Order: sequence, then C-alpha cells, then structure tokens
Amino acid sequence: MAAKTLVGMADMKAVKHPGMLTTLGLGSCVGICLYDPISKVAGMAHCMLPDSTQITNNSNVAKFVDTATIRLINDMAKLGANKRNIVAKLAGGAQMFNFTATDNSMRVGDRNVDASLKILRELGVQIKAQDVRENYGRTIEFYTDDGRLLVKTIGKGTKEL
Amino acid sequence: MLRNMNQLNDLHFDVLKEIGNIGVGNAAGALATMLSSQVKMTVPEVKLVKFSEAGAIMGGEEVVVFGILVNISGDINGMMMFLLAPESARVLVNGLVGGDSEEIEEFSEIELSALEEIGNILCSSYLGSVASFINKSVTPTPPMLTRDMAAAILSVPAIEFSKMSEGVLLIDTLFETQEKNATGFFLLVPDFDSFGVILSSLGVG
Repeated sequence: MAAKTLVGMADMKAVKHPGMLTTLGLGSCVGICLYDPISKVAGMAHCMLPDSTQITNNSNVAKFVDTATIRLINDMAKLGANKRNIVAKLAGGAQMFNFTATDNSMRVGDRNVDASLKILRELGVQIKAQDVRENYGRTIEFYTDDGRLLVKTIGKGTKEL
Repeated sequence: MLRNMNQLNDLHFDVLKEIGNIGVGNAAGALATMLSSQVKMTVPEVKLVKFSEAGAIMGGEEVVVFGILVNISGDINGMMMFLLAPESARVLVNGLVGGDSEEIEEFSEIELSALEEIGNILCSSYLGSVASFINKSVTPTPPMLTRDMAAAILSVPAIEFSKMSEGVLLIDTLFETQEKNATGFFLLVPDFDSFGVILSSLGVG
C-alpha cells in the first residue's frame, strides 16, 4: 500500500513516486491534479475560489485556482518534474444545492472549473480528463505510479480517469 | 474595524455566542411545537474552525449527512445551513410524521419533504429571532436539501467564508428530544459586510 498524502481544503501537496494523493469530499471546490509521467511527480490542489485577484484576503495561495496552479507546478519542478511533461486531470466543482442558475455567487463550482481550464490552457498544460460540475460530492485518489485518478461518490459509483 | 475574521477577539465570540443562543433557543422552541415534545438544547459553542479541519466536524469528511440551506437577503446577506446525520434526521422525521421507521439509508419523498420543512422552520425561527434581536430585516429563500459527503456539503459555506477568513465560523448545538437524541449543527454565514452590520448593531464593530 503506497503512502497516502491527504490534501485538505485550501491546501496543496506535491509528491514523488511512490505514493498517492487524496482529498476527501470535494464539493464545489475543484481538485486540480497534475502529473509528470517521466519523473512520476504528482501534485494536487484543493481550491475554493477561482480568482485571487477578486479577493483582498488572498495570502493562502492554495485557496485560489490561479495562484495554486502556478505554485503547484513550481513545487513539482522542485521535486524533479519537467514543466513541459506535466498533464492535468480535474475533479469537483459541483453545485451542491439546486440554486437558481442566475445567482452568480452560487455557481462557484462552475466558476472554479472554468478558471481551472483557463489557467491550465494559459500555462500550456494538457487536460487529459475531467469529472466536474454536476451536483454531488467526490473523493479523489491520485496515484503517482501512472497518474490515474480515482473518483468516488455517494450513490454515483466510482470512476477511473 | 474588522478587516478579516482572523481578527475576531473574545468579545466578538461572546456576541456571536449570544446570537447563537437566541437563534438556537427560538429554533428549539419551534422544534418542540412541531414535535409536540420537549426539546432541550446545549449552550452553543462558537468557534472558528480551520478549513483543513472543517470537513470533519460531522465525524469525518466522507460521512453522509443531510444539509439544508437557505439563502438570506435584506439587511443581512449570506446563507444559513442546518446539518444533521441520517440518524438524527430519522428521529426528527419520525417525530413530525409520527412514524417509527429505523431506516437511515432510504428516505421517501414525503420524508425528505418533511425534513426540508423541519430545516426550513429551524432556520427561519433562528434567523427571525436573530433579526429582531439586532433590529434588522432578513428574508430567507425556500430551503434546499441535499444528502452527500459532509465535506462536500460543508464546502458551500466554507467557500463563502473563504472570501473573508481562513476558517469556518461554526455554531455547534445539540438538540435533545424526549425519547431519542437528535444532533444538529447550525451555520450562519453572513457575507463580510453583513458580518460587520451584525457586530456593529451590537456595538462591537
């Protein structure tokens, strides 16, 4: 059993093979999972908000999609990852309650996913797979041996990305 | 002037605790009426829980819980959430509809509606008493109910808090009905400006 590294809310971790990164009960937050298949360095960020520039209280870089992604890639590079090899998988960004779609602040799950797609494209990181949006929570496990992402749910089964 | 929630001091916590007391006291009264049963409550505990720990307040991130959410607008904007474990939901639903089921995995549509209504009444009575205490007007939306992993549900209020703090402000209360215990957690999540309105209306801005 590979060592398990827990990534909490507004948290991020980078690890080198062997091992597994996991975050429990992703809701409207987005889980950004990055992997360099050559060096087998993996990183996971559990971000709460799309955009650090919209918030004055922004000292925790892991809280925001934009700052977390950039920092995570740098942390992975310190462990030997080559930025050009890094690929991404995304999970989360659910809308946990059935709000009216017009209420922008309530669509934070969608906005977290949109921001993740945007920053990854800007950084030239290929998005290999995603299990995002919808209306349910997800526990994710990201394995350093091959970069597979396991997505577990309550009543919606388990998926492998 | 408070710039973020990490600056909360003991006085702020005392004021929030008193607000919690008033809100929960009223909600417990409403619940007692609804269940035609005595309902006791513990003094609320008010704490700022770090995000890394917030997902586990119901006993674990992946524990399945019910969450009932109302959005609030008016002088105070934000949201209010009532969280409870399926065992507690069963106690409250049985109390309301007079059932004796012990099923905690499956709830019928009618039972879910009953639960939503219980959450609605609890949140409305909580909010109503707080609003009149601070002499502000507050309007809740209809309730929304979901059942999922605790951390996933808690991400909704946590994200609101994340705009202004590094943790979730939690008002934690235990209800006791006569026969069986039902535990519930209230989370009042005013947006940052509203938070200032509440504190300053009580003279601790």
